[in-house]
Amino acid sequence: MYVAVKGGEQAITRSLQLLAEARRGDLATPELTLDQIRQQLRLGVARVMQEGSLYDEELAAMAMRQAAGDMLEAIFLLRAYRTTLPRFGYTQPLDTNAMRVHRRVSGTFKDVPGGQVLGPTYDYTQRLLEFESTAPGEPLEAAEPLPDTMPRVLDLLDAEALIERIDAGSDPEPIDLTREPLMFPADRATRLQNLARGDEGFLLGMAYSTQRGYAETHPFAGEIRMGEVDVLICPEELGFSIEIGSITLTECQMINQFHGGNGMPPQFTRGYGLCMGEGERKAMSMALVDRTLRCDELGEPAYAPAQNHEFVLSHSDSVEASGFVQHLKLPHYVDFQAELSLLRTLSAQHANRARDEEAATQETSS
Amino acid sequence: MTSNYNFAFLDENTKRMLRRALLKAVAIPGYQVPFGSREMPLPYGWGTGGIQLTAALLGPDDVLKVIDQGADDTTNAVNIRRFFARVAGVTTTERTTEASVIQTRHRIPETPLREDQILVFQVPEPEPLRTLEPREAETRTLHALADYGLMHVKLYEDIAQYGHIATSYDYPVLVDGRFLTSPSPIPKFDNPKLDHSPALMLFGAGREKRLYAIPPYTQVESLAFEDHPFEIQRWEHQCELCGADESYLDEVIVDDRGSRMFVCSDTDYCGQRRAEQAA
Repeated sequence: MYVAVKGGEQAITRSLQLLAEARRGDLATPELTLDQIRQQLRLGVARVMQEGSLYDEELAAMAMRQAAGDMLEAIFLLRAYRTTLPRFGYTQPLDTNAMRVHRRVSGTFKDVPGGQVLGPTYDYTQRLLEFESTAPGEPLEAAEPLPDTMPRVLDLLDAEALIERIDAGSDPEPIDLTREPLMFPADRATRLQNLARGDEGFLLGMAYSTQRGYAETHPFAGEIRMGEVDVLICPEELGFSIEIGSITLTECQMINQFHGGNGMPPQFTRGYGLCMGEGERKAMSMALVDRTLRCDELGEPAYAPAQNHEFVLSHSDSVEASGFVQHLKLPHYVDFQAELSLLRTLSAQHANRARDEEAATQETSS
Repeated sequence: MTSNYNFAFLDENTKRMLRRALLKAVAIPGYQVPFGSREMPLPYGWGTGGIQLTAALLGPDDVLKVIDQGADDTTNAVNIRRFFARVAGVTTTERTTEASVIQTRHRIPETPLREDQILVFQVPEPEPLRTLEPREAETRTLHALADYGLMHVKLYEDIAQYGHIATSYDYPVLVDGRFLTSPSPIPKFDNPKLDHSPALMLFGAGREKRLYAIPPYTQVESLAFEDHPFEIQRWEHQCELCGADESYLDEVIVDDRGSRMFVCSDTDYCGQRRAEQAA
């Protein structure tokens, strides 16, 4: 006799207990502290803040611990928490020219004013697993301090009028994509917001596809810089800007060959990527995809996935994608039942038709 | 009820935004209103649209029922009910007649609804034309022009190929003679319940950031042709638990020889009928 599946509530409670146990592991091993995660897994923390759209290292570390290191789950936790936070106001545009640079490299000039600054990068590690202790050696003091501000490499090209000019002052006020729905066609500010929250893996794949012939854009890494930027707000009642802190950012400006079109002369064009914390792979991917998405504006033929606004922007978000792919786990008994009865009808029709045809063949042959 | 969050999780400004969008939706039956969908603590695709609408509707005196596949005891329904019990502290029920707000996925209750009830649907894909035209900018234009030729051709091709319309759930409807609308993935069995329903029907698609409404007593027509009228599913069986012969039945495999039994998908309806029979 069939017994209806009851007790969903109890099953959920038991599942949560198992999850808590699996997450914590052996109680003899101390629990990870948030400081350990912030300091020793800082790139993970940066990614969670970046795609979680919330700059808070402690909350991001907490989310990573709660998610047992599943980055997409941690991002989801942070996003859900973010929903409940009141919005006090908007900051002034960040000035990355005034960044206190920890790393700054250009792939387009051997040397640039301010110099190439490698900073803390994995680029030149030899990817040998370090079986020994990872305690760092004493750092050496630099011969001279880095300059306070470094000119942007692209501004140097701008002086020669070789690169497109983009006047920030003429931009319309951007919409807030976390408060307004994404609508198409989407302007560049909206697209950049979407990409900034987008999944690193998705953007990396999209960016890679543009390098393999699906929307060739001939990119050069004009400049990548990482460091701290001051955050300013201008409260209405004060009427002047005050600094509320500083955040670490990674910025990438791509330079792309452009042979002219849509009434514009041949020149270099720009692709832009920005992300919170250290996230060079993401910033570079974002810059490549930003540039390919400008195909309509520049009169380039659009045929590749990375040039398709709706394709890229509708599928970039890991929280949306992860939820919808995994919702297939939910019961679909009712729709499946509907499909079962439809398929039975179709299959009966097919069998009848086959039988009729066979009968007809026999009649003609006899 | 947890006091760390506002009543029903969302802040009041967000609820106001949602209510404004809902008013617009009620004013233009079947029109998909874009709204600033928030990130909820449940995954996209698991009812975030429905949850946001329910959160905007609930008051402290409301009685909430949540069903998935017609059942109150499926895990996701249990989880959404637990969520609102936790963040809003409202009374919950499994009885259709006792609820003032019913959130549902994939079914409309068998028990007829009343004027003082609201049915909130979870919608995965609000755009009925999406599988025929993936571009949003294009489908919005088609709606603006009421150009639904694509859908009629699709249904016609079904008839040409199979002899009947081969859509069994999420069967497209025309609301108030104007907007082609997705009824959400309910079986077409439930479509007639949408027509001139006394209860307000609200639809929320969180991931797609759209909501829409079918106001009470609105004409809702399932698309069909004069020579191929709309038909609903019929079973040769009755519910083996309550004997109902007019309810939507789920097929259950009961042993390893593949034996089947058919039972009501609406657990409350089935349970009430059995209680009456026992009395």
